[in-house]
Amino acid sequence: MPSKRTLTFALMDPPFESARSTTALRLVDRALQRGHDVNVFAYEGAVALCFARQKPHANAVHGRSVEEEDHPLPRDWVAALLELARERGLRLDWANCGLCVDERGVEESIPGTRRGSPADLARFIEESDNTLVIPTSD
Amino acid sequence: MGKRQLHIVDAAYRATLEEQDDTIVWLCHALRGAGAELDLLLHGNAVGYGVAGQEVAPLCFGARLQRHAPDLPGDLAKLLAKRATCFYVEEDATERGIDPGELLEGLVPVLRAKLATLFSRYDQVHRW
Repeated sequence: MPSKRTLTFALMDPPFESARSTTALRLVDRALQRGHDVNVFAYEGAVALCFARQKPHANAVHGRSVEEEDHPLPRDWVAALLELARERGLRLDWANCGLCVDERGVEESIPGTRRGSPADLARFIEESDNTLVIPTSD
Repeated sequence: MGKRQLHIVDAAYRATLEEQDDTIVWLCHALRGAGAELDLLLHGNAVGYGVAGQEVAPLCFGARLQRHAPDLPGDLAKLLAKRATCFYVEEDATERGIDPGELLEGLVPVLRAKLATLFSRYDQVHRW
């Protein structure tokens, strides 16, 4: 079993736009499952990943009601990761770039996440064993 | 009689896990339901949507198990059932090692050199 590490993930992609954000959350899940502390710096569109007002919907094409559809909401996935960290006694520090939040009007973030700034990323980088940037891409 | 549309899926696997489908295939279903006359062309990596029998492993974050993984060939089959033609670029499948026998029955191959001819049959071509 490897010793406990602190890993930082810097994310850029908004929800519902690419597979990268899902991949990033899967990596965070794996890191926590393996007992590591995790920092996330959500930058640009990624600040909307934990926007509290994301809503599930029915889907007529799928022929499913709201309840049946169980539409994925990244905010629920992030909440599940925060709960996982809490259960395991690990740290998941999720900081949203405040200016990016303001630009997009997504101030209402789920409990357990917080408003931050590039200063948080600077600190995360200094304190972490490694940092993985998952950038947006054409 | 409405305008004949050809929709091209070019940006494949973009957010299929979060959306539980490909959003353009979904849009074609919705447009077809609204009465549009349309066909679909799978281009580039989107040819992978046509591989029959593929399965997407369920997503799980902590204790949160996500239901309803995308069923891309299933969604194409349902579009075929709505009398839309689903084309794929033959070379794109070959380059990716996809044998025609692996593909969903009913998909129509089209050579790259014949795309312009295909496009000429439609009033509008929408590349997504």
